[in-house]
Amino acid sequence: MIGLSHFLVVSAVLFVLGLLTIATRRNAVGRLMGVALLVNAAGINLVAFSHYGHGTLTGQIFTLFILLGAASQTMLAVAIIHAVGAQPPDAGALIKGP
Amino acid sequence: MFSPSAAAFYALAAMVLMGATGVALARNLLHAALCLLSTLVGTAGLYLFMGADFLGVAQLLVYGGGILVLLLFAVLFTARTDEARLSSRGRGRERFLRGLTLLAAGAASLALAVLITRAPFPLTEPVAAPTTARLGDAFLREYLLPFQLSSLVLLTALIGAMRLSRPAPQAP
Repeated sequence: MIGLSHFLVVSAVLFVLGLLTIATRRNAVGRLMGVALLVNAAGINLVAFSHYGHGTLTGQIFTLFILLGAASQTMLAVAIIHAVGAQPPDAGALIKGP
Repeated sequence: MFSPSAAAFYALAAMVLMGATGVALARNLLHAALCLLSTLVGTAGLYLFMGADFLGVAQLLVYGGGILVLLLFAVLFTARTDEARLSSRGRGRERFLRGLTLLAAGAASLALAVLITRAPFPLTEPVAAPTTARLGDAFLREYLLPFQLSSLVLLTALIGAMRLSRPAPQAP
């Protein structure tokens, strides 16, 4: 019988793998993939508790908000990587502004 | 041996974890992105397994259709996708540190798994019912303010991304 702890173990291992990705990658895009793994681990945890713990939908609602945050975060991060990569000698201007 | 639902769960969990291992360890960033696809689809499957039908489909659309494509574009735009090059002088130390990190990750996973299986959680019997209508109700009643604020967050991120990716304006 599959229970809550099965999902929690999957999510814990996924979280550790995400941390490992962030720790070992040199590339900003690779680290972004690690962040995606962390977000997925958190989502699995929330939905599992919502399903087995209470029977309410609060966990699913929070996971949807997390999904939204992850989408906007990835969008901004890719834009920043693109902007920094487009002008390597003067990356400081990105922070200081034109 | 296994009941069908247990077999489905283990297949999905293997998909998620093998994909994540690939993301963490693949040398080529393009391969890592393709492994990430396996993790994301497996996570959507786990959501469906837990009766979260709307969330599973939203995960597929937003992650598989949006974020992954964005990451693939980012990988393809950056010229160097190969991470295998290490400086020759720090090679042994580099490998040692890598092994140490892998060992720490394994120990952390093991400790968390033991902790989770020992912890007592107050459980109720799970019910499987369609969630989409109830989610919509919740978003338009008790979570109305966060729902509207999240649209503002998305709009701000959109404008910010457009401003960032535009070339800097020339001073007259």
